[in-house]
Amino acid sequence: MNKRIGVVVCHCGINIAGVVKIPEVLETIKTLPGVAAVRDHMYCCSDPGQNMIKDLTKSEKLDAVVVACCSPTLHESTFRKAVKSVGLNPYLCEIANIREQCSWVTPDRDEATKKAIRIIRTQVARARWDQPLEPIDVPVTRRAMVVGGGVAGIQAALDIANAGYEVVLVEKDPSIGGHMAQLSETFPTLDCSQCILTPKMVEAYQHPKIKLLTYSEVADVSGYVGNFKVKVRRKPAYIDWDVCNGCGQCLVKCPGRKESEFDRGMSKRKAVYRPFPQAVPNRPVIDASICVHFKTGRCSICADVCPLKAIRYDQKESFVEESVGAIVIATGFELYDLKDYSSFGVGKTQDVIDGLQFERILSASGPTSGEVKRPSDGKVPKRVVFVQCAGSRDVENGKPYCSKICCMYTAKHAMLYKHRVHDGDAIVFYIDVRTGGKGFEEFYKRATDEGVLYVRGKVSKIYRQGDKVVVWGADTLTGQKVQVEADMVVLANAMTPTPESAELAGVLKAQRDEHGFFNEAHPKLRPVETLTAGYFLAGAGQGPKDIPEAVAQASGAACKVIGLFSNKTLSHDPPIAGIDEDACSGCGVCVDVCPYGARELVEKDVKGKMKKVIKVNEVLCECCGACSSACPVAACEQRNLKDEQIQEMVEAGLEG
Amino acid sequence: MADKFEPRITGFVCKWCTSAGADLAGTSRKTYPPNMTPIMFFCSGRVDPQHILHAFRSGADGVFIGGCHPGDCHYQEGNYKTMKRIPMVKKLMRDMGIEEDRLRLEWVSASEGDKFTKVITQFVEQIRGMGPLKLPAKQRKVS
Repeated sequence: MNKRIGVVVCHCGINIAGVVKIPEVLETIKTLPGVAAVRDHMYCCSDPGQNMIKDLTKSEKLDAVVVACCSPTLHESTFRKAVKSVGLNPYLCEIANIREQCSWVTPDRDEATKKAIRIIRTQVARARWDQPLEPIDVPVTRRAMVVGGGVAGIQAALDIANAGYEVVLVEKDPSIGGHMAQLSETFPTLDCSQCILTPKMVEAYQHPKIKLLTYSEVADVSGYVGNFKVKVRRKPAYIDWDVCNGCGQCLVKCPGRKESEFDRGMSKRKAVYRPFPQAVPNRPVIDASICVHFKTGRCSICADVCPLKAIRYDQKESFVEESVGAIVIATGFELYDLKDYSSFGVGKTQDVIDGLQFERILSASGPTSGEVKRPSDGKVPKRVVFVQCAGSRDVENGKPYCSKICCMYTAKHAMLYKHRVHDGDAIVFYIDVRTGGKGFEEFYKRATDEGVLYVRGKVSKIYRQGDKVVVWGADTLTGQKVQVEADMVVLANAMTPTPESAELAGVLKAQRDEHGFFNEAHPKLRPVETLTAGYFLAGAGQGPKDIPEAVAQASGAACKVIGLFSNKTLSHDPPIAGIDEDACSGCGVCVDVCPYGARELVEKDVKGKMKKVIKVNEVLCECCGACSSACPVAACEQRNLKDEQIQEMVEAGLEG
Repeated sequence: MADKFEPRITGFVCKWCTSAGADLAGTSRKTYPPNMTPIMFFCSGRVDPQHILHAFRSGADGVFIGGCHPGDCHYQEGNYKTMKRIPMVKKLMRDMGIEEDRLRLEWVSASEGDKFTKVITQFVEQIRGMGPLKLPAKQRKVS
């Protein structure tokens, strides 16, 4: 325990040194037991800073190094690599977080200095006990899972598969395609959404390396990076998809009716249905909730007409287990439900619709075959009001964030409306028009040039009056109240995560932000990774984004997966909980508390005596330490976070 | 005038949620009293009752434990174990003559920098109001 510990305090420019009095810190720290050398540096993470740490480690023959700097999530690995390069075991380097948890939150210089000393002292106490650890090598399953079959999921799956690795693509709906399949045309080029998407859907379906599991959901995940076991729930389609050839005979005769989800309630679908004609795979499912057979048992017309006898009313949900090394989360978005939102008349009048409904109206394959007709009576609307920020940028009642894509799609909607109804008025209410993107400003300009009227102001109320939908708003440029009698209103609803993503996050133990979007590992530098190794993010499930951004992120996530798969083995974190076989009483408490099944009781010869002791499966241990705190005889010891070590850290943090 | 009482608080924070939330408080330049010295564990489930009692014996006026929200634990259920343990520790504390309010368990997620700030500020003020922990000499750590 007579370690020579070096302490290096980083100024981080003025981020730390502007508040914490570094000379005072050094004065105090150098008197601590075991501290052999103290240094400071303007930027420890810089090349000269790292070299200084390396030189110090060598010249002072240090046994452990404490770097007092920013959060360990940022530079722990940097400094551990640095000391490793000069022959010190990387686990003998500890970080004292005196930036995020000290200098940035403590304005008073004296108090910040004292707190910095306390934090460094705890880490010095820790370093005093640290043992050299060796990472544990584990094999990598070079097979990926992509959850979500929208454009982001499809792109990620294709990129990984084209690199030669197998991919399991899981989609909750009967078809892949996601929301992009519902769109009419895409900004800013106005190319047909389905025309560019369906070839990708088919490519994913036919790809020899991609296994498509549609109408399926992730039920359970266990394991760790490189070695996940995923249990996938396959919802019953009540049709044997291996027998079915997608001829569609069953769809013709089925008597069941329900609002089509794909057309967002503006058309009907049957009980046996495929979401849209280009569905991939081209296989129908039976919706048991409205199927006459399931309700009364008196209909079996689909079974009667099916030429291949593929209908299976007795099909049950089933589970498949997939072994994968990485998981891409591409769960996409849903529109914010505005039913309870202020006085927008959503749900009260059919002619107040959301952006995706308008996409379906504009789509050649939509309920009106691309003709602009309003839902209530099928009349061609002569005046359409478009309301931007419907629920977005509304701290009090809606979502505080900007949904990013609405300015552009509203410009597109207004423009496409003008293309189809030449004498129609298109009026857009906006707070700001945000056109950050290639060709976006020009596209917005084109909309205004083509006669779309932009009114700067928020809408307060929308209500039906006779044949019209009346919109109350304000024009904040003239300071006037505005009242518009429109035939139809299109809302640009805020984007939210899908409701299913909450459940998925629970299963994956993946972190989400306060709005429910999946959290990236670092907002700037690790935008496609998550804090859980082996999970990657693609598309709008991580935050609102348009198609090119979703696709770019998907390719980024795929690249990270491919990078991971380029390793034959991965190293597993070693601060696992071992066992002191002498002390172990074989009670088995830790077996029950271990969430990973990493501990088992075995009969073993310990120093010539047969006894029941715990055997630790090191590869399964995830270092949580639950066993250590549960063990009644202190036989479970978490490496480099032992009880004695923690006690000394506690004491060190309370001194001074 | 006598020196104002400055509480000494030991904080056990989990790496995945509360420490990340504390980092976010820093990144967002929130400010809170400096009385808590954080010690980062992988999981709040690593907090052994003896660590808490050891902190009190070693001079802490309060102990803070921060973990992931129920259902969000990175290790599946470590926070539930902590949740169950804390009432037991509080009972022990009562028996030892330590007010149970000196121990606080809070769920702070990685996105709740604001909550972390508020919770710490409030806890420090509360302990300041309670005054220093007066443990009988025999229960204090003799070093």
